[in-house]
Formats: sequence, C-alpha cells, structure tokens
Amino acid sequence: MDASSTRGADVSRAHSALRQGGEPAWVRALLIGGALAFLAVFLFVPLAFVLTEALKKGLGAFVAALVEPDAMSAIRLTLLIAAIAVPLNLAFGVAAAWSVAKFEFRGKSLLVTLIDLPFSVSPVIAGLIYVLIFGLQGWLGGWLAGHDVRVIFAVPGIVLATIFVTVPFVARELIPLMQAQGTEQEEAATVLGAGGWQTFRRITLPNVKWGLLYGVILCNARAMGEFGAVSVVSGHIRGATNTLPLHVEILYNEYQFAAAFAVASLLALLALVTLALKLAIERRVGRERPLAEIRR
Amino acid sequence: MSIELSGITKRFGAFVAVDGVDLHVETGELLALLGPSGSGKTSLLRIIAGLEAPDAGTVAFHGEDATDRHARERRVGFVFQHYALFGHLTIFENVAFGLRVRPRAHRLTDAQIRRKVTTLLELVQLDGLADRHPRELSGGQRQRIALARALAVEPRVLLLDEPFGALDARVRQELRRWLRRLHDEVRLTSVFVTHDQEEALEVADRVVVMNRGRVEQVGTPEQVYERPASAFVVEFLGGVNRLPGAAGDGRVTFARPHEFAVERTPSPAALPGRLVHGAAVGPVARLEFALDGHASTINVALTPERYRQLALRPGEVAYLTPLRRHAFATA
Amino acid sequence: MSVAAIPAANAHLQERHFAIARAFDAEGAAYLLPGRRTRRRRAAAVLPGFGLSLGVAVVYLSLVVLIPLSAAFVKTSALSWTAFVTIVTAPRVMATYRLTFGASLAAAALNAIFGLLVAWVLVRYRFPGRRLADALVDLPFALPTAVAGIALTGLFAPHGWFGALLAPLGVKVAFTPLGVLVALTFIGLPFVVRTVQPVLEDLPRELEEAAATLGASPSAIFRRVVFPVVLPALITGFTLAFARAIGEYGSVIFIAGNMPMVSEITPLVIITKLEQYDYTGATAIAVVMLVVSFALLLAINALQSWTRRRHGAQT
Repeated sequence: MDASSTRGADVSRAHSALRQGGEPAWVRALLIGGALAFLAVFLFVPLAFVLTEALKKGLGAFVAALVEPDAMSAIRLTLLIAAIAVPLNLAFGVAAAWSVAKFEFRGKSLLVTLIDLPFSVSPVIAGLIYVLIFGLQGWLGGWLAGHDVRVIFAVPGIVLATIFVTVPFVARELIPLMQAQGTEQEEAATVLGAGGWQTFRRITLPNVKWGLLYGVILCNARAMGEFGAVSVVSGHIRGATNTLPLHVEILYNEYQFAAAFAVASLLALLALVTLALKLAIERRVGRERPLAEIRR
Repeated sequence: MSIELSGITKRFGAFVAVDGVDLHVETGELLALLGPSGSGKTSLLRIIAGLEAPDAGTVAFHGEDATDRHARERRVGFVFQHYALFGHLTIFENVAFGLRVRPRAHRLTDAQIRRKVTTLLELVQLDGLADRHPRELSGGQRQRIALARALAVEPRVLLLDEPFGALDARVRQELRRWLRRLHDEVRLTSVFVTHDQEEALEVADRVVVMNRGRVEQVGTPEQVYERPASAFVVEFLGGVNRLPGAAGDGRVTFARPHEFAVERTPSPAALPGRLVHGAAVGPVARLEFALDGHASTINVALTPERYRQLALRPGEVAYLTPLRRHAFATA
Repeated sequence: MSVAAIPAANAHLQERHFAIARAFDAEGAAYLLPGRRTRRRRAAAVLPGFGLSLGVAVVYLSLVVLIPLSAAFVKTSALSWTAFVTIVTAPRVMATYRLTFGASLAAAALNAIFGLLVAWVLVRYRFPGRRLADALVDLPFALPTAVAGIALTGLFAPHGWFGALLAPLGVKVAFTPLGVLVALTFIGLPFVVRTVQPVLEDLPRELEEAAATLGASPSAIFRRVVFPVVLPALITGFTLAFARAIGEYGSVIFIAGNMPMVSEITPLVIITKLEQYDYTGATAIAVVMLVVSFALLLAINALQSWTRRRHGAQT
C-alpha cells in the first residue's frame, strides 16, 4: 500500500471515529465509568448514606428527632438568620452591581475584588474577626458589656458572621449579568422620559430577575448551612444559639447518630431543593436566551 | 423644531471625538451625518440627545439653549443601532412605554394610550403584532417598532443611530425608502447617522460629511457629490480614481469612473492606458486600466454598448480623457 | 466566577464608557478654545443613582467585610515581629500547615484529574443519568459542610460502607490525614468541573475535525488540540479548589482525627486557641492564612483574565 492510500484510510477512520464521538467505544465506556465512579464515591453515595442513616431507627424516631424542642428552636433560628442575611445581601448586591455595571469609575476592579474577599476567607476566620470586634475583649466589648448587649455567643453575632460569608453571592451573579446587558435599554428608557427608579423597576429588574433569583437561592443555601463561622461566634447554647448545622454537630458528638442524620437529612433536602431550583432557572434562562439576540 | 449646534467639542481621554463642530438643522429636514467610524458622528448625535455631555459648545432647540438639560427632558426621540427594545415587554408595551412613565399629572388614560399606540403601529405597518415580544420579530420589524416607540412621545426631533446598520442588504434598501416616505408624511426634524454613503445620498435632504471629529462639508446630496469640498469628501462618496499629477505641483486630482471618455485614438489631454480587465455584466461595463508609471489602476465605467463598440482586449492600449476633474491642494 | 470584562464590541461602546468616566473626573478642567464659549462640565451622568449605589455598596462592604478583616491585622500588628514568628512557626502550628496545605494541594490535584474527566464525560457523551450527574456536581456548593462532614465520616469509618471495604487492605481513612484528603476532595469537586465545562463546550468542533483530516489520532488530538485550550481553565479550577480547601472547616472536622501534630488542620488550631482565650495566637495564625488567601485571590483573578483572553481568542 502506498503512503497516500494509507493516509486515506487513516483519515476515513478518523472521520468515522469523530462522527461517533472521537474515541473507540471501549475507551468511552471506560471514561464514563471512571467519571461516574468518582462521582459516586464523593457525591451519590454520601447523599444516599445520609438518608439511610437518618431512617435507621425507623420513621418514628426520624420525626421525633425533628420535632424535639432543641431541633425546633434550631430550625427557627436558622430561618431567622436567613431571613435577615439574605435581604441585606440582596440589597447590597443590587447596589454594587448597578454601580459597577452601568458606570465607569476608577477603582472598579478593586471594588469587585473586595466583593470576592469573603469567598476566600476561611469561615473560622470570619467568625474570629467578629469576636475580635464584639467579643468581651474586643474593640466594642467594653461598650457592649456596659449596655448589657450581647453580640458574641448570641444571635446578633451569628447573624453578622452569616452576613459576612454570604456577602458575595448576589453581587457575583448580578455583576456579569448586568455588564453583559449593557446600558442601552436604560438609556432608551431615559430618553423616553423615565426617571431613575422607574427605569430601574421597569427595565433593569425584569431583565435580571433570573440572575437575581439564582443569587438569592445560593445565598440562602449558604446562610442556612454555614457552620464554621457560626461555630466560632455561637457559644453552642442549646435551644438558644444553635443553628441546624450546629445542632447536627452536637447530636453527632453525643453519639446520637440517627438523630444527627435525621436533622442532617433536612439540610440535605434543602441542598437538593436548591439544586432543583438552580436547574429550573438555568432552563428558563436558556429558553429566554433569544433576549441576547435583540442586542445584536 | 430646528437644532443649533455651536462649537461642540468632545474628548474621550486623549481622543478628540468631536472637534469644534457648528451645525444648523432646519425644521422638518432629514439630515444625514455621514462618515467613517471614529469620525465623531455618533458622538455628535448622542450629544444632541443628551446622552453625552459636550466638553465645550452649546446645543439649542429652536433657539432655546438645552445644553444643560437632561436627556429625559429634551423631548427627542432616539432610535438605537441595536434597537434597545425592552425584551420582557410586548410590542404594545414597548411603544407605550414613554406614555406610561409620564408623571401622573401628564399621563394619558389607558384608552388614550391604546389609541395612540394603535395608530403608531398602523403607521409603521405592524399593527397585527401588538401582543408579540421583540424576540419574535425580524430585524427590520424590530427597527420599525423602535421607531414607533420613539415617535410615541411626540418628540420635537428624531435621532437615529445607524438605524439600518444591523440589517442585511435587501432589508436595508427597503427600510431606507420606507423611512424617506415616513419622513415625508410626518415631517419631523430628523438626524440620522450612517457610514453608508449610498444611504445618505439616497435618503437625506442634506448631508453632513464628517471626518475625525470635523465637518468636511455640508450640502445637498447633489452638492456633496458633484462639488466635493475636499479630497476626503470625493474619496468617501463613491468610487473614485486618483489621477497622476505633474510632479511637485502640490495638488491631487480625482476623476470618477463614469466620467471618462475612452478612445482608441490618442488626443492631447488623454492618458494612455493598457486594459487589464473588462467586464460588461448588467447596466454598467467596468474596465480596469494600467497607466505607465502609475502605481494603481484606473477604474472606468462605460455603457455596455460603448464597451462593445470599443472592442478592447486585455493588453491593448486605449486613451482615457477625464471629462470632469476634482482637484485639491495636498494637505 | 469573577467579573467578566466589559465586552468591548466596538469603538462606539468604548467611547461611551470613556465618556462616563470623563464625567466623573473630578480634576478635569474646562477646555478653553479660543473664541468658543466654555462651560464647566456637568457632573450628572445620563443614568441616575451612581452616587447612591456606590455609596451603599462601599459603606456596606466596609462595615461588614473590610473593617472586621482589618481587626485581625490591627491586633497582630501589636505583636513584635519575633513574637509573631514564634507563634506562627510553633511546631504544632507548622504541623497544621503541612497537613492543611499538603492535603489541599493533593485534593486539588485529584480534583484536577478527575474533574477534567467528569467535565469531558458530561460535555462529550450522552448516557442515562447524565443530566442528573451534571446537576449533582454542584452538591458540594449547596450542601452544608457539617452534613458532608458527618456523611463522609460515617462512610469511611472502620465499619462504614467504604471503610469496611478498605479495612482488609489495611487502609484507614477516617480520623487520619487520608480522611482530610477525602473531605477536601469533596469540597473542591465542583470548582474544576464548572471551570472546565464551558471551555470544553465552546471548543469549536472544527479544530478537532481539522486535526483529524490532517491525520491525527484521537489521543493526539486530545494532547495537542484540546488540552492546551483547556489548560488555563484547569489551572484556574485547581487554584479555586485549593483556595477553598485550605480554609475548609465543617466537612473536615468530623473526619480528621484532630490530634495535634498528626491530623489537626489549621482552622482547628485557631479555634482551639480561641477556646483557650489565646486571642493573640489565634489571630496571628489567622493573619498568616489571610495573607495566603489574598495572594491566592489575586492569582485567581489573574488566571481568570488569562483564561478569558485565551478563551475569547478561540471563538
């Protein structure tokens, strides 16, 4: 066989391989198997394990663990914290995204880097710095003690630490989104006579609503699930300053494994709901992608 | 509503976008700002609209100084190059937007708004699409809706930023003529920006040719085409040939392809050229000649009959006489 | 992840952005042209709310993030340099660095390899359950760390589902540094996958088809065409996973043995010192971690710009 026809055979083999996806079938099967095995060990099985362990002592014990007074107060506290932290960070995210996306100013990239800071800080350190300020020996410690206000080892401290770790979520979703959308629609609205808030309400918000929702969902998931930072500032007082994740820890350390996993499964359910909502939003955004073509 | 621009200057950093421009736009005229990208035409348009603030100079509408007035209060209609339609609103609501955001005191009733919007949609011939969304419309349809939206607030002046730039050639042609007819009907002072000289010459009452932030020439399409004021203008409008001049005379001469006489026999003022390529397809025959000692070829346009009459073959010599020259001192 | 560069689609857009910048240049002088009337430039921009939004953002960020973070540095600055060094290089603390950074590096590497595999498989192939697997990749983002912690511990404990399988092989995972590795791998899983996926998705098929028509085998195509394109994203994902892992607490604290000098992570030694009221010591170590985190943050930003430039060049 001369060189050119060998070459031809190679090319046609490569062509047909590409049409099927590039590699021989057994390689593909191996790769898929490997990937799924990895995901199974680190994702699927742990998830299944939580549910199995939660129901180990039967459904009755499962429910009992959840309605037990300390668990209920942990649930209430977790919801309260999310109800405070998420709206505040939402307002911040919107303000930051508006200024960064619609205007030019010096120091913009510095601002964006600073917004990312809480992501890079260990949760334990997030808790620590609030102790340094609000703790008894902290900057405001004396003043707070004098006015009989407790921040550390009380709910306000937990709220503050949670706010810190969830600051970036909404902003990180909105900033690239609003930058990609540009300013033309807002300019059009302005020339048509709309005022500032009118423009924001009628034009900007509807355009970012899915990104906003996405950010809020992620922010909420983190706010409810935060452990390290809250662990530092909380004081672990049962029934008073325990969030759900802390409650899980307490139960686990007391060897009440089934109860611990029962409460953990509640949090795992929260995670799954978060993922499902995330997926739903991604589908919606995909369907509305033609919106981007209007800018063409 | 006339527009008066006086001494407008605009810089972006070290880049001078608009350099001391004076311009008067007559009431009811359709004016084209024509120029290559970077010539400052879009900046000038946005300054009229109030979307940019000039570094120096004034903008006046019908004698009234509007330089410090916010874009929202200038009552100009602006049509963006990429339409800037509100994707989450229906076509109806897009057009009605300017009417809905008016302060309560000046707001029309729902019925009045509906009537107005319907009339406008009929004007742009898209009345059946009121309940659709912008993403369901073609480019040409979106542009017409953008226009209807701008007209809804009864602006005193209409500004269009490369209105047909994002459309393909045939749609562009149709919309061009449609805009001209619309303007004749509505008679609103309008300024549009384009880099397409064919568009400007075909549609506008007057053309402002801009280059590097300055006005090169203002005039009717005939004036700027027949009597170009500078080398830039003649080169920008329509294909043109640079003729070899006498060395050292400090002038550059141009002649348009369709303004040549071509003969097989020499004559005193004629330039001898060797035919490189000739084709007679459609209404115009295009010939390309090489001149001795001249780097670029000369493009000539003849009628197909004349081309067949001459029966020139590539390599043969013919004699070209420019019937019309445009000469300018070299800058 | 980080902020996308403003798409500079054409000069027109750039002009506009510059214009707004000019409007805010507080030091600008009015241009004086002979014979022209001049005006002081208006400070107001076309779009409203700049002052309010920026003000709110900066104040909030300062109160919630910047001032608290500075507390750590302020407190540590009271220490003399030698005192500081003594604390942060104490043998026990050094052991935590070795474990934390070592395990984080290993976990990030593991995630780089398998994350690339997972991303490849999810983008390229169709198989039952692909969408479910794709959605679950984000689980470590959404799942509270404590839940992950107790789940992994339970699984890898000597009598757990995986622990029981590994015990006959003499491999102990729970309560050893290996357990830390497992937990940190879990936590970093999404970073590599989600960073590499878009790059793989946007890789034009024509590149590979061109290589095939030129005679390249599938593995050569991967090595020479695909991998170089994916590399910047892979490095970014690796760094993100690493940065997340070094600060991780909740998922690690249950599965690590937490024995000083053996299986103690740095965040834990910080908490231990806090519980002993050694605020100074805790803060000093925290400062070390903060400096490393900030350096990584800057590195990640630089990497992401690099990725974006490379990625954009492909389209």
